[in-house]
Amino acid sequence: MERDKLIEMYRTMKLIRRIEQRINDEYKYDEIKTPIHLSIGQEAVAAGVCVHLRKDDYIFSTHRNHAQYIAKGGNIRKMIAELYLRTTGCARGRGGSMHLVDTDVGILGSTAIVGGNIPLGTGTALASKLLNNDRVTVVFFGDGAADEGTFHESLNFAAVRKLPVVYVCENNFYAINSHQKARQAGEGIYQWGRGYGMPGYRIDGNDVLEVSEYARQAIERCRKGEGPTLLECITYRWKGHIGTVDDVGDGYRPKEEYDYWLSKCPIKRFAEFLRIKEILTDELEKAIDEEIDTTVEDAFSFAKSSPKPSTVELTEFVYVD
Amino acid sequence: MPWTTVQVEKLDNFFIKDDTAGDRILTYKDALHEALDQSLARDPRVFIMGEGVDDVAGVFGTTKGLKEKYGENRVFDTPIAENSLTGIAAGAAMAGLRPVLIHARMDFILLSLDQLVNHASKWSYMFAGQVKVPMVVRTISARGWGSGAQHSQCIQGMLMNVPGLKIVAPATPYDAKGLMISAIIDNNPVLFVEHRWLHKTTGPVPENLYSIPIGKGVIRRKGNDITIVAISYMLVEALKAADKLKEAGISAEVVDLRSLKPFDEEIIIESVSKTGRLLIADTGSKTGSVASEIAAFAAEKAFYHLKKPVVRVCCPDTPTPTSDVLEKAYYPSDEDIFREAAKLVRD
Repeated sequence: MERDKLIEMYRTMKLIRRIEQRINDEYKYDEIKTPIHLSIGQEAVAAGVCVHLRKDDYIFSTHRNHAQYIAKGGNIRKMIAELYLRTTGCARGRGGSMHLVDTDVGILGSTAIVGGNIPLGTGTALASKLLNNDRVTVVFFGDGAADEGTFHESLNFAAVRKLPVVYVCENNFYAINSHQKARQAGEGIYQWGRGYGMPGYRIDGNDVLEVSEYARQAIERCRKGEGPTLLECITYRWKGHIGTVDDVGDGYRPKEEYDYWLSKCPIKRFAEFLRIKEILTDELEKAIDEEIDTTVEDAFSFAKSSPKPSTVELTEFVYVD
Repeated sequence: MPWTTVQVEKLDNFFIKDDTAGDRILTYKDALHEALDQSLARDPRVFIMGEGVDDVAGVFGTTKGLKEKYGENRVFDTPIAENSLTGIAAGAAMAGLRPVLIHARMDFILLSLDQLVNHASKWSYMFAGQVKVPMVVRTISARGWGSGAQHSQCIQGMLMNVPGLKIVAPATPYDAKGLMISAIIDNNPVLFVEHRWLHKTTGPVPENLYSIPIGKGVIRRKGNDITIVAISYMLVEALKAADKLKEAGISAEVVDLRSLKPFDEEIIIESVSKTGRLLIADTGSKTGSVASEIAAFAAEKAFYHLKKPVVRVCCPDTPTPTSDVLEKAYYPSDEDIFREAAKLVRD
C-alpha cells in the first residue's frame, strides 16, 4: 500500500479517536442533548474501508456513525454542530448524533433503527447499477443487525442483481448488552454472505491493514460489476452501548475480556507497524496530532458558538419541493 | 385465472364521467398502464419493481408488456421481501432515480412499515431537505371472492398518521393516470392506493401526459341537501346512492377526495357550508379511518355549518370474513349510503 494511504488511515483513526474522546469529555456538561454512541476501539474498520472510497461513493451508517462519517470525509464542524443541535449542524439539529448526513461526500443519512440502513444502501447500489455508473455503496452495521430481516432480504436482493455494495459488519459482539452467542446460533455472520451467493469473510477488524486489503478487493469487485461482498470485521467497543457509560464488570462485560481487547488497540498496533516501517516518525506524529487538535478545537468552538434553531423551523421539510 | 379477476369480471362496468377529460374511453387499469408507459418513456430515471411485475399477468394488466418495451433494468421482478424492497426503492430514490414499487396487496404494506414509516417518509425532514426520496408505492386493495382477513385490507386510515408520506386514492381512470404521473414527478414518497374493484371502471382519459395536483378534490355531482365525501372505490357506491337519493327527492353533493394526504380542506368546507350535512364513505374499518379524520376536520373547521352530526359509512371494526354471506354483510354498499343519507336529511 502506498505511503500516503497508510498515513491517511493513521490520521483518520487518530482523528476519530480524538473526536470521540472529546465528545466523551464534553458530554457531562449536558450541552450535547442527544444520545451518543461512541466507537472508541473500532476505528480501524471505518478507516480501512473508507480509504478506498471516492468522494462520490455512498455510505450508509447507523446510530454509531461518528467513525464512518469522519472516515468518509464528512464535514467535522457540521458534525460537532449537529451533536450540539445547532442550525449549523449537518442536519440543522434535526438529526443529532444518530443521524449524521453529508451529501457532498456521499453520506445520505444514518439510521437509528438496527438494520434499517441495509436496504437503503442496497437501493443506492441498485441506482448505480441502473445508471451504469461505477459508484460503490458501503453499508456499515453491527452484529445485531444480522439478526434483522432486512439484512437477509437485502443480501439476497443484492446477490440476485449483482449490485455494487459492500456490507461491512462491525462485529463487536454486543447488541446493547446481549452477546452475539445469545442471539445467533450460526458459526459466523460472514457465512451468511456465502449462503446468499456472495463472498463472505471474517477478518480482524482491529488490523487496519487487513480491513483495508479486504475492503480494497471488495470495492474493486463492485467497480468491475462482480457484485456484493460481506465483510465481518471482528472488533470491540471500549465504551458501553450508549452515552459515556462504562459497562465492564458488575454482570456486564467481563473485565478480562475488556482488558484483552484494550491490549489490541488498533491505533497503537498500527502506529507500531508504521514506526517499524519508518513511515511514522516523532516529527510526523507530532504534526498529525497538532493538525487534529486544531481541527477538533475549531469544530467544538464553532459548534458551541452556533445558534440553535428557531421554533419556526419545526414544520419545515416535512415535504420537499 | 386469479380469483380477484374472477370477481372483478363479474362486476358491471361502471362509467364515471370526468367533465374535463375528453372523449377517449379507457378502463382504470389501462389508464394506469398508460401512465406508467408514458412515464417510463418520458423520464429515464423512472423504473418499476415489485413481486411479479414482469410476469404474464403483469399486476392485473397494469404493467403488461412494459419489460419487453423498456428492458429488464427498468421493469423487473423481485424477491419476496416487502420491507427491504421499500427501503431499496427509497435508497434508489435518494441516489436520483424515481422508483415505482408495487405491492400487489395492500396487506403487504404492513410488512414494509419500517422502511416506509421510519425511513422513506421521514428522511427528508430528518436531514433538513438535503436528501429527497421521490418514490411511488403502488398498493392494491382487493375485495370479494373470499379474500379474507389478509388479502382485502384498506389501511389508508392507519397510514394517514405518517408524517412525510403523501397518499392518493384515485377513483376514476382520468385521476388514476393523472395522479400516477403526479406521484412519479413528486419529490416525496407517495402511496398510491388502488382498489381492485376500480380496475374495470371506465371513463374518459386523454392520450397526452397530464398531471392532477396532489391535494385537490373534485365534486363529482352537485347537490344541496347533503355532502357525501367518498374515497377510492366508495365513490362508485356513493354515486349509485346519489342516483337513488335523487329519486327519493334528495339532492346529494358527492365529493371525491382523490388525495388523502394532504386532502382538500376547502372543497369540504365549501360543500358542507351549502348542505349542512356530511356523510363520509371509506373503504376501511371505521375506527381511525380516513372517515374519522374527515369527521374530526369537519368538527374543527366546519362545525358551525353542520346542521346534523356527521355520519361515517365504513367497514365494521372486524377483520374481513371469508364466507360469502359474512363478506356481504361486512362491506357497506350504495344501499347503506342511501339509507344513512336519507335518515340524515329527513330526521
